Amino acid sequence: MRHERKGSAVTAFITGELDHFSAQQVRRELDALIAQPGVKTLILDFGEMTFMDSSGIGVILGRYREMRSRGGSVCVRNMNAQVDKVFTLSGLRQVIQII
Amino acid sequence: MEIINQMKLSFLSVPENEGFARVAVSAFAVQLNPTLDMLADIKTAVSEAVTNAIVHGYENQLGMVQIEAFLWENGVLELNVTDRGKGIPDIKKAMEPFFTTQPEKERSGMGFSVMQTFMDQVDVESKPGEGTCVRMRKRLRGAE
Repeated sequence: MRHERKGSAVTAFITGELDHFSAQQVRRELDALIAQPGVKTLILDFGEMTFMDSSGIGVILGRYREMRSRGGSVCVRNMNAQVDKVFTLSGLRQVIQII
Repeated sequence: MEIINQMKLSFLSVPENEGFARVAVSAFAVQLNPTLDMLADIKTAVSEAVTNAIVHGYENQLGMVQIEAFLWENGVLELNVTDRGKGIPDIKKAMEPFFTTQPEKERSGMGFSVMQTFMDQVDVESKPGEGTCVRMRKRLRGAE
């Protein structure tokens, strides 16, 4: 997973499909990123993600809870229409900022 | 009303087959000339049903998942996703948004809600110890 670090924010570029099959690997890589010292904001860039189902919601919610527990936040950007539909249905729009 | 085409797909309950299943079903559904949004809806609903079979039906043990797909002459796609796993003791509870038996594994509990939102009709039949069948329908052509 490609990522960029700018100050206290780290951006993770999720590529391909985020489903139950890929969720464990994505979760592991995201957890390694947010474990870096000084990370306060996790930005999930979905511009290169082609598919997401509710397994992806679980991954995002888990990282949101982890970041919130340490006083940080999670943002998402570049969602396509299909991902946006799943995202909205899950209620994530109420807790996660879209930038 | 007549069936104009049908197919049956059977595969092992391994997560690698989740993507295979949704691509296979969407390729079959293309015959009804759905929009790209409709195809995305179908892929998402299939992914949820197959994931439920693998994660909850078989609890990550090996078994067979079967998908039957029917194209009806009125433009409706019908899907039956069946497993012979542990079954669902309380279907009504299982279909409640955010209900999950595996919160520690970061399951969102949104699988059935996604299916219900993305398809026109979702019905579930299940018997504990015998398995589950999720029946879904979506009109792909002739919708007003």
